[in-house]
Parts: sequence; structure tokens; C-alpha cells
Amino acid sequence: MSEGVRDIVVPSIAPAAIDGEKRDWLEVGSGLADRVYIGAITASALVVPAILGLIFVAVAIAAWPALRTFGLAFVSTSVWNPVVGQFGAAPAIYGTIISSIIALVIATPLALGVAIFLVEFAPPWLRQPVAFTVDLLAAIPSVVYGLWGVFVLVPALSEHVMPFIADTLHLGNTPLFSGPAYGRSMLAAGLILSIMVLPYISAVTREVLLAVPRSQREAALALGATRWEMIRDAVVPYAKSGIIGGIMLGLGRALGETMAVTMLIGNRHEISASLFAPGYTMASLIANEFSEATGDLHLSALMAVGFVLLLVTFAVNALARWLVWQTSRASVAETGK
Amino acid sequence: MSAVGVTRRRRVTNRVMVGTTYAAAAVATIPLLAILAYLVSRGMSAISPDFFTNMPRPVGEAGGGMANAIVGTLILIGVASLLGLPIGIGAGLYLAERRGSKLTALVRFLADVLNGLPSIVMGIFAWQLLVRPVGHFSALAGAIALAAMMIPMVTRTTEEMVRLVPTALREAALALGYSRWRTSLTVVLRTALGGIVTGALIAMARIAGETAPLLFTSLGNQFWSTSLAQPIAALPLQVYTYALSPYDAWHAHAWAGALVLVGIVFVISLVARIATRRRYAAGD
Repeated sequence: MSEGVRDIVVPSIAPAAIDGEKRDWLEVGSGLADRVYIGAITASALVVPAILGLIFVAVAIAAWPALRTFGLAFVSTSVWNPVVGQFGAAPAIYGTIISSIIALVIATPLALGVAIFLVEFAPPWLRQPVAFTVDLLAAIPSVVYGLWGVFVLVPALSEHVMPFIADTLHLGNTPLFSGPAYGRSMLAAGLILSIMVLPYISAVTREVLLAVPRSQREAALALGATRWEMIRDAVVPYAKSGIIGGIMLGLGRALGETMAVTMLIGNRHEISASLFAPGYTMASLIANEFSEATGDLHLSALMAVGFVLLLVTFAVNALARWLVWQTSRASVAETGK
Repeated sequence: MSAVGVTRRRRVTNRVMVGTTYAAAAVATIPLLAILAYLVSRGMSAISPDFFTNMPRPVGEAGGGMANAIVGTLILIGVASLLGLPIGIGAGLYLAERRGSKLTALVRFLADVLNGLPSIVMGIFAWQLLVRPVGHFSALAGAIALAAMMIPMVTRTTEEMVRLVPTALREAALALGYSRWRTSLTVVLRTALGGIVTGALIAMARIAGETAPLLFTSLGNQFWSTSLAQPIAALPLQVYTYALSPYDAWHAHAWAGALVLVGIVFVISLVARIATRRRYAAGD
């Protein structure tokens, strides 16, 4: 099933799984040319932590004036008023969380379904085309999702879907679906995000399902389980932490996705319970106000939002990576490879 | 499957759940097809030879194009690749060939985390370090932000590919008296080259459509500019600006620009896939 390099970089499944060889053959080299070569690739490897370190330093420096002025209140207050120099990021943080939750609620069951289909059930002739189509979703630029969202998704929402939910289903009075159907809304942002994170969750899930040893499946079938019971009782529990890692990786994408959300969420500093109402996410707030920032404090406040986003996505990604690694390590230990 | 213990209820559940996964696969393919269908139908009607050769024109003037944005995007991809690919490949070689080193586990972990960070953060990073001190936006800052995104991607794909090279090949080269650096470069890297090229192309395709980092760095430019020290136009930025404008003519141009952008991304991906397929066909 290995198809070499894919569009989505899946976190390494099994760091030491390829072979048992732990000794470094390169290390033994002692000639000058060898040492220069090893020095060069070591320096390249050091660039990766250096970039990450510089990102933290740069964003922190840019955010510092705002963080010093507002302190912790920056994340808990919701007034965003450049005219009086008052900045609170709570609405953007709220919007980021809600839009990501919508995205995950829609994308997770679909992605798990696709991954299980591809690994367990798909007839061979259908496997490649479906996998290719879903992977390709990750190759479409964010701004193109935004364009499609503005001219296709938003009109469809405001003319058909939102009236249907509010009037036909009589949900218009519930807090979740109240208010005018503008189209550009938290719901639109969540929907486009769900399409965008789907390929990431499905790619990682596929990879960890493939890492479940055959013996797990054979044992369940030998005990008389149906194919579904085998998946539910033997395969998914085994791959659970890896699947959760995949979902968190999708979460990381959803939290920081910028262009499509900026174009669809309506860009308004307000916390509203209604999914029909416009809002802001951290990333869309920065992208939307950066070019028209008035004054240094406004600019720094935007960068402080970026700093919060950086901390959150770093934590989510680190945890996701660790969870995926857990699954694969268990599977490597099991099969003794 | 017709074991004695399988009750009717369990059989039905099995059928239903298997059917559900088929349905999930069907639903998941709809968005891509819908997006591509709109992109082709709206984009094709707005595209003409002028689009590739003319500069953007003010609203109301016919015949404008995105020549500067197309060239700008190609320049950004080129410079970012020039900066990012050697470092990414070098780091990948390190991770694959120095498996015992403590640095390896750390760098691999950080590369994965870096891969998942939002691209807008890369923009802020490049803006703070390369735009602010200089006092103006520049193409180079944009290319560096994009290169920073490429490096962890290329690092990880290179590592995976170099790891697949059999140890015996290295031993054979060493036994023939090759020095270690020559073995690594001319035998190991040479063997894994197909996969590394594929990984590099996919990274290029990925950064081609990036918009968020460019908002803070290369900014966009209504005029013709190929200077790395000046702001430069880019297709994704142009699509963003035109899509949010109030003019129908610009909306049409946004679709055309998006079609060209996706065309560039897909052509690069396709070349990558063909390269992979040929390698597997020949390698077996």
C-alpha cells in the first residue's frame, strides 16, 4: 500500500521501524571531506529548530507592547476598539474555537468513514481514485476555497440552507440559529473548514489503520466477529490514540486556517451564540486588519493575537504528533519489527 | 461469514455500517468535484491569451490580465525553492543517516510540529525579522517565509526516501573504497533521488497557493516588478483582492486567476506523481 511521497506529510508513523539498525555508519568517517559533509547536513538539520525558535522570538517581540499593556485581560475581554486603544481578543478566540468545533464535528465522522472504507472495504479499482480525490482536497489553495465559498457556498447558505433551518425546521427561534441569514457567518466558516481538514484527518487515520497488525483482524474474525465488529472491537481500539492524533492534527489546521475563513466568516468583533451570525477567528482578524492597522498598539495587538494562536497550535500539534507516535510504537513492539 | 453465531441483527448492522463507509467516501469526493466544476466553468469563460500577457487594468477597461502576478508567483516559488530545498534535503539526509543521534529525534519532532503551524504565523515571523527592520515589503521576505514552510516538509519526505535505501548499498560502496561523503551523495542520495524530487515538487505545489504569509511580506504589486527588494505581485494575493472587490469584471478575473493557480499546482503535483509511478515501475 505504500505509495511513496504523498501530498500530505503524515507525522512519522514509526521512527525506528524501518530496520533495527541504530548504529550510524556516517559517524565513523574521519577524513576532512567527511567531516565537512557531516557538518553541512548537521547545520541543515539545525535550521529546523532555529526556524521554530525564531518564530517564537519574532512573534513575541511583535506582540510584546500589547501584552505588556493589557496583560492577561487581553484574552478575556471583548472590546476591540482601535480608536480608544482598547484591545481584547475574546471574540476572536471564541470564534476560532466554535468554527473549529463545527469543522471537526462534520469532518471527523466523514474522514473516519473514508479511511475505514479505503483500508478495509474498498474494491481495489475504487481505492486509488477515491484516495487520490480526497488527498487532492489538501492541494487546493486556501484562497480558492475562499473564492468558491464567497460565490457558491454563501449564496447557497443564505438563500436555501439558512431559511430551511430557520423556517421549515422551525429552529429560527433557538439561540443557535437565530438572526438574519446573511450567509457570511460562523456556519459558513465551519463548513469550509470541514472540507479543508477532511483530507488531513483521513490521511493520518488511514496510515494508523494500516499500522494495525493483521493478527488483530484475523483473531477477531476467527472468533466469529463480522467485518464491522472486527473494526469496532479490534482495529479501532488498537489505533485509537493515532486516530485522536489525526483529529488533533486536523484541529491544528482548522485553528490556523486563514484565507478561506477571512473571506467567509463576516469579520465582526462580537460573541454571538447564533451560528448564522458573523464573527472573527484569530487568524482572520490578523489577516483582515493588518493592512489597515492604525497605530503601533493596534498592530501589536494583532501580533499578540498571533502569539496566542502560535502557542495554541504549537501545543495541539505537539500533542497530536505524540499520540500518533504512541500508536505506531505499540504496533512496532507488537509485530517485533 | 455464515458462522452459526452470527445473528440476523449483527448481519444487518454489519451491512449498514459497511454501507455507511461507502456513503462517507461518496460524500467526501463531492466537494472536490464541485469546486473543480465551478472553477473550470467560471474560470474558462474569463480566460483569454490577454490574461497571461496583459497587466491588470482599472475597473471598466477591458482586456486586463495578470501577467505580473503569474510571473511574481513563479519568481516566489523559484526563490523559495532555491533557499528551502538544499536545507530541507540536507536536514532529511541527517535524520535518515544519523538515526542514533539525539538531535535526530528532536529535529524530526520539531519538523512535524513546524509542518502543522499556521502559515500566517510564518508571515508574522518574516515580517518582524525582514520587513520591519528594512522599512518596506519585499519579494525576498515572502520567498523566505515560503522557504521556511518548505524546509520541514522536504526534510520529512527526504528522510522517508533515504531510509528506504538498503544498507547493503552503502556497504558495497564503502567496500569499493568510496569515502563516506561520496557514498552518501553519489550512492545513497542518487538512489533516493526520484522520491526526493517528488517530495520537493509537492512542497513547491503546496507553497504556490499560499496567501497568508504573503500579506505580511511581498504584499502584492499593481505594477510590473521582478525585483526581490520590492513588493511583488502574486496570483493568490490577486485572487483574494479581486474576489472581495465589488466589481463583476474583477470577480471574473478572480475565477480566471484561481484557475491558473490551481492549474500550476496540479501540473506540479501531476509531474510529481508521474515521477513516482515511473520510479516504481522501473524499480520493481
